[in-house]
Amino acid sequence: MLTQYLLSGLTSGAIYALVALGFALVYNASHVVNFAQGEFVMIGGMAAAVLVEAGLPLPLSIAISIAGATAVGLLLEKLAIEPARNASVVALIIITIGASILLRGLATLVWDKKIHRLPAFSGEAPLSLGGATLLPQVLWVLGVSAAAVAALTWFFRRTLAGKAMLAVSHNRLAAELMGISVRRTLAASFALSAALGALAGVLIAPIAFTSWDSGVMLGLKGFAAAMLGGLGSSAGAVLGGLALGLVEAIGAGYLSSAYKDVFAFLIILAALVLLPQGLLGRGAAERV
Amino acid sequence: MRPSGSRASLLALAAALAALPLVLANNYTYEVAILVGLNAITCVGLNLLVGYAGQISLGHAGFFGLGAYGSALLAARYGWPPLVSLPAAVAAVGVLAWAIGRPILRLRGHYLAMATLGFGVIVSIVLSIEDRVTGGPDGMAVPPLQVLGFTLQGERIWYWVVAAVLLAAVWLAQNLVDSPHGRALRALHGSETAAAALGVDAARHKLFVFVLSALFAATAGGLAAHYAGFITPAKASFLHSIELVTMVVFGGMASTAGALVGAAVLTTLPQLLTMLKEYEMVVLGAVLMGTMIFMPRGIVPTLEKVLAAARRKPD
Repeated sequence: MLTQYLLSGLTSGAIYALVALGFALVYNASHVVNFAQGEFVMIGGMAAAVLVEAGLPLPLSIAISIAGATAVGLLLEKLAIEPARNASVVALIIITIGASILLRGLATLVWDKKIHRLPAFSGEAPLSLGGATLLPQVLWVLGVSAAAVAALTWFFRRTLAGKAMLAVSHNRLAAELMGISVRRTLAASFALSAALGALAGVLIAPIAFTSWDSGVMLGLKGFAAAMLGGLGSSAGAVLGGLALGLVEAIGAGYLSSAYKDVFAFLIILAALVLLPQGLLGRGAAERV
Repeated sequence: MRPSGSRASLLALAAALAALPLVLANNYTYEVAILVGLNAITCVGLNLLVGYAGQISLGHAGFFGLGAYGSALLAARYGWPPLVSLPAAVAAVGVLAWAIGRPILRLRGHYLAMATLGFGVIVSIVLSIEDRVTGGPDGMAVPPLQVLGFTLQGERIWYWVVAAVLLAAVWLAQNLVDSPHGRALRALHGSETAAAALGVDAARHKLFVFVLSALFAATAGGLAAHYAGFITPAKASFLHSIELVTMVVFGGMASTAGALVGAAVLTTLPQLLTMLKEYEMVVLGAVLMGTMIFMPRGIVPTLEKVLAAARRKPD
C-alpha cells in the first residue's frame, strides 16, 4: 500500500513542484505572487485536450497549447503587471486574482464548461511495480518534470539569459547597471512560468482530467508548495511540491481521502507558523 | 479624521439608508439592497484590518461561513432560539479568530496571505465534507430569526434589520479609527518596526483588529443565513474571500465610505450582469484588473482627490 501512496504522492507532488517553480520564477523577477499561475495549468490542459478532440496529433497539440499559454503569460505581464509596476502588494494580488477570473471566464467562452480528458501519452495499460500498479502516464509526469527541473537548473547556471534573471532577482538596480534589461527579464520570467504551468497541465490532464476551473486548486497548492519551500527558492519549490504531494497522499491513504486537501493546507499552516521562512527560504530583512 | 466629521458622515449614512426604500421598487431590489448591506458589514470590518492596519486576509469568508453555519446549526439541530444562537456563534468565531490570529499574525505580506487563505480553504472544505452535519455542498435550511415571538420574514423587514446593524458597524469602526487605537493601527500600516519603536504593541493591536473584523464577518454571515433561510459552503469559499477583499480594495482602502461603495458596486454588478451570464466572469475579472491598474488607491479616495483638485481650481 505504502508504495502506491508514495507513487501517487510523487505524481501530484511533481505537478505541484512545476506550478510552484512558476510562482518562484515570477516572484524572483518581480516580487509578484501571480495568483493566475493555476490558470496556465488549465490553459495547457484544456487547449491540448480540445485540439486532440479536433483531430490534431497529440505532440502537435501539446506544443501548440504550451506555446499558447506562454503567449498568454507574456500578454499578462505586458498588459497587467507592467502598467502596475508601482502598485502595493495587495493591489498586485488583486490584479493577478482578477486576471485568473478573467482567464477562467474566457476559457468558458472559448471552450465550454465540460470536463475534458487528454489521451495518455503512451497507452493506458497499468504496469505493476513491487505490488503497486501505476499508469504509464505517471512515468511521463515524473520523467518530464525531472527533465524540466534539470533544464531549468542548466538554464540558470549556464546561460547568459538565466544568469541575467538570477541577477535581477538578487538586486534589480545592480543588474540594471550591468546592462541587463529588467523589462525583458520580467517578460521572460512570466513566459517561462506560463510554459511550466502549461506543461504541468498537459502532463496531469490524462490522469486528473481538465476543465475551465481545474486551475484553481492546483494554483493554490502550487502557491502553498512555493511557500512551504520558501518563497523564491527554486530548489525549495521542488522540495515543497514533492513534500506537499506526499503528505497529501499519505494522509488520504491512511486517514481520510475526503480530507486530502485539508491535510495539505494544515501542513502549510503548521509550516508557516513553525518555519516562517520555509524549508529552504533565505531570511529576509525588512527595510524600515 | 475629526470626530465631528465622522458624526456627520454617520448621519448622512443613516439618512441615505432611511431614504433608500423610496427608490426600491420591488422585493428583488430590496433583496439586492440587503445583500449589499450584509457584504458592507463584512467589508467595514475587513477594511479595519486590510485598509487601516495593512494586514491582508484571504480567508474572511471562512469567518462569514462559520458565523452562518454556527448559528444555523445551533438553531436547527439543538433548537436554540436564533436570537441566542447568532450571538453565541459570533462569540465562538471571535474566540477562534483570537486563537488562530495569535500565531499567524506574526507573519507578514504574502506569508500572511497564504496562512489566512489556508484557514479559509480548510473551513470551506470541512463544511462541504461533513455533510451529515452541514448538508454538504447542497447546503442546509436555516430557521428564521424570531424577536419576542415575532418572526422576521420578508425583504421589507430584513432591510431595516440589516440597515440598523450596518449603521452600528460603521459607528463602531469610525470610533475605533478616531481612537488612539486607530492611530496605532495606521502607524502599524506605515511601518511595523517604526511603530514598535514608538511603543505601539504591534501584536496586541493587530490581534484586536483581526478578531474585530472576524466578529463583523461572522455577524453578517449569521444574519445572511437566517435571512435567506438557507446556507451553502460557497459562502465560505476562497472565491467569496476574494470578493470581500476586492470590495474593500476596489472601494478604497482605509476609507469606511470606500468599503461601503465597494460592497455596493461589486454586489450589484453581478446582479446587473446576470443578463450577460456568460460574460459575467470576464467582466468581473476585467473590472478588478482595471481598477487596480488605473486606480490603485480605490474609487473613493481617487474621486476625493479629483474633487479636491476641482474645488481648488476656480479660486
